[in-house]
Amino acid sequence: MSVTKSAHKTAHEAQCACHAAEAPDPLAPEPFRVVEVKQEIEGCNTLIVEPETDEAKKLCMYAPGQFHMIYAFGQGEVPISISGDPAHSNRLVFTIMGVGPVSDALTRLKEGDKVGLRGPFGNHWPVEKAAGRDVLLVAGGLGLAPLRPAIYSILAKRDLFSRVMLLYGTRKAESILFQDQLAEWNKHMEMNVSVTVDTADEHWGGHVGLVTELIKETNFSPSRTIAMICGPEVMMRFSAGALLERGMKANQVYVSMERNMKCAVGLCGRCQYGPYFMCKDGPIFSFDQVEHLYKVREV
Amino acid sequence: MKDAMPAVCIDRADFDSVIKALAGDGYNVVGPVLREGAIIYDEISGVSDLPEGWGDEQEAGTYRTVKRNDKALFGHNSGQQAWKKFLYPSRERLWSAQGDNAEFKIEPNAETPPKYAFVGVHACDLRAIEIQDIVFMNPETADPRYGKRREGAFIVAVNCAQSAKTCFCAAMGTGPRAESGFDLSLTEIIEANAHYFVATVGSARGETLMQKIKSRPATDADLQAAATRTENAQKQQVRSLDREGVKELLFSSYSDAHWDKIAERCLSCANCTMVCPTCFCSKTEDTTDLSGNHADRWRLWDSCFTVDFSYIHGGSIRKQVASRYRQWMTHKLASWIDQFGTSGCVGCGRCITWCPVGIDITEEAKVFREEKMDPRLRGDDEVVKGTKQ
Amino acid sequence: MSEKPKLAVWKFSSCDGCQLSLLDCEDELLAITGVITVANFVEASREVLPGPYDVSLVEGSVTTPHEKELIQEIRKESAILISIGACATAGGIQALKNFADVKDYVSAVYAHPEYIKTLATATAISEHVKVDYELRGCPINKEQLLEVVIALLQKRRPNIPLYSVCIECKRRGTSCVMVKGTPCMGPVTQAGCNALCPAHNRGCYGCFGPMEMPNGRSLGNWMIDKKMAEPKDLVRMFRTFNADAPAFKEAGNSYEK
Repeated sequence: MSVTKSAHKTAHEAQCACHAAEAPDPLAPEPFRVVEVKQEIEGCNTLIVEPETDEAKKLCMYAPGQFHMIYAFGQGEVPISISGDPAHSNRLVFTIMGVGPVSDALTRLKEGDKVGLRGPFGNHWPVEKAAGRDVLLVAGGLGLAPLRPAIYSILAKRDLFSRVMLLYGTRKAESILFQDQLAEWNKHMEMNVSVTVDTADEHWGGHVGLVTELIKETNFSPSRTIAMICGPEVMMRFSAGALLERGMKANQVYVSMERNMKCAVGLCGRCQYGPYFMCKDGPIFSFDQVEHLYKVREV
Repeated sequence: MKDAMPAVCIDRADFDSVIKALAGDGYNVVGPVLREGAIIYDEISGVSDLPEGWGDEQEAGTYRTVKRNDKALFGHNSGQQAWKKFLYPSRERLWSAQGDNAEFKIEPNAETPPKYAFVGVHACDLRAIEIQDIVFMNPETADPRYGKRREGAFIVAVNCAQSAKTCFCAAMGTGPRAESGFDLSLTEIIEANAHYFVATVGSARGETLMQKIKSRPATDADLQAAATRTENAQKQQVRSLDREGVKELLFSSYSDAHWDKIAERCLSCANCTMVCPTCFCSKTEDTTDLSGNHADRWRLWDSCFTVDFSYIHGGSIRKQVASRYRQWMTHKLASWIDQFGTSGCVGCGRCITWCPVGIDITEEAKVFREEKMDPRLRGDDEVVKGTKQ
Repeated sequence: MSEKPKLAVWKFSSCDGCQLSLLDCEDELLAITGVITVANFVEASREVLPGPYDVSLVEGSVTTPHEKELIQEIRKESAILISIGACATAGGIQALKNFADVKDYVSAVYAHPEYIKTLATATAISEHVKVDYELRGCPINKEQLLEVVIALLQKRRPNIPLYSVCIECKRRGTSCVMVKGTPCMGPVTQAGCNALCPAHNRGCYGCFGPMEMPNGRSLGNWMIDKKMAEPKDLVRMFRTFNADAPAFKEAGNSYEK
């Protein structure tokens, strides 16, 4: 934790040692240009953005699971997880569903438009820790987007991992993200991809039901698996529960959380979750860190 | 300061020169003033602006200024306002942007921050400033706006010679005597034939200032008189908060039914958070002019008591008032310790006095403690867990 | 914008005070007419352009049979409908008749009650049609009006707080009148006026209506406990400009017994 380092600093030290006048402003966005817009599903676009300045370039180095604050001119800022490949250090990729005025504005952006970015913020998926083990990725709905950088990283060093499995659940077939990629990943047997939908029409030939059912049906060895879950909180709660039932330990299971956030640097206080700041201590938690909070209403 | 300047005495008649000297050094001098039946902090140009002869009576949900039977300049306790209104303004432009979607430029807020001298900072508030320093001046994420204002601020502490009924700084270990973190500290002494200040220098800046002020060395009797004043202040404190294990206590009380009892009274009006000298939560607002080509981003004081505070798409996390009060109190007394290495409460009592319905954090803390002490009320299924892992 | 959006201002049962807030915008009004076509605003011009309208601002409550029909027409013609002021959002002061027998009022007030056509109640616009946005206040705050119009034009979220007056009051540094002994509705009232009355050393009157999840009973009980008010005073405090707003109605009724 970075904050605790300064925790015992006296006011006097703070007063004298501070060179705030020259310090960068953690609240000022850097300029990026939208170079590509791709509609993924209804209301949800993937934006590829490129840095406009040298300072902005520094924002392109990140770890899977981290996020940026994206500013749409005049509209405001929202935290968006990176959905691109961390190996590409000259651009950033975000998959954004319009669910409010700012994210709506982001989905209205066109190629050539400009955005402001701050970040990357937060911690990352335990990709290193998963080396040598089975990896179980569990995604719900848009939760596949923040997991995709982890998938890229794992597949880039596929030999380091044993079995890699993706269990993905969405409301309906039309809500499935990255369909082509899912097929591609599955085809080359680099990763076992299982997809389920809550409700299906006659065109859907696949699994119908909740992602927790896939967890029950999937063949993996609980003791040597790392699970990474991303999706709505209720989905993560049930998924983690299903994994624990299969015999996994809470410290092998990771979840990515979401809370209201304005600053992403621990100043606005909004993203607190029990003792944690989502922006600095999260968004990714091992389940043993948060299991007790998951049992409490409205934390 | 290693070679601390020995304490000196400044006569009441010469005290005006302290304010004038600070103003002469280019400081925007702010201190207590009496306005609309309350003592607040505002600009002062001389000793005549101070609330001479005024004190206050406070209880949960009640505040009244009262005439003292002496001419004390600092005979008051914590008022509604805290110094954060200067260091962390309630509404501040973070930056502006000019242009449109296709091309815009971020322009930093170029306003020069005022250089403040705070006269009359109580020990609890001094600690509160230190606590906000930890929040806003963490090297990795320091807010330069706060930093600039804080860096320039000159602090004249005043050791309390009395306490309000809502004060509990002694229990929180923050006062009533200021031990460090000031440029100059004062204890006001009023005796039958004398009215003076025992002054202690706390920094090189303070020492430079004192060279301009008429003073005499403090005698043992003066120091004893000063010590007696703060001891009296401590003895007057009727409220307390048991810090021992309070973090574990609250972390194990998330599902306690008492939160609902508090919520029956709580107005979720957010007054406690607004007056708290350490509460730092904020919201941002993005505004645009009619042309749409100029945008501003603002930061405003916000509160964990609003519905919007925890809003994510689909609805607010903390829908119930009970959850919001729990968030506030648990943050203040428990998770703050994990986050910043210190309690977020300094015992100033503002949240008690300025709660419109007199909810008292010290009383509520006691209820949780008594429940845990009483085996009949204790839920054994709940694990004491919550600390960061 | 190729064609300027059309704005219409409509008056129902009200005192015109909220519409006047728009005229009160003076400097900004000229700029607004540069980007908006004012299609109907009788306080400013007699010219009425036909619908449909991009934005309709509706002032006043529904108090007569004619108004009940008219609001349906306006809704059909309006892409966005914003009700403005206490009358439009909660029935206004005239909703006090909802607490009494309207016939008694009519015969007490008018020399020839037989000419009066009125409904038994004065009700908010939202009780009759879907409302896209509500601006509270008696009268509304002109800055809030401008904010909503600008935000709608630019498709951004309007910065309209739903929390208590106290937050605004503390931000501007006013010392709390309630804690100093003056009954104040601020802790249960929605912000938006920049805590005007407390800044002039008076208690809040509740012009902006109930805040999000207000706790009127707790505030009222405290005032009774501290002898700041009696139950009958509380009935009056909750029954002013927003008497029919559900939370104030409930609190007011609870002190009537």
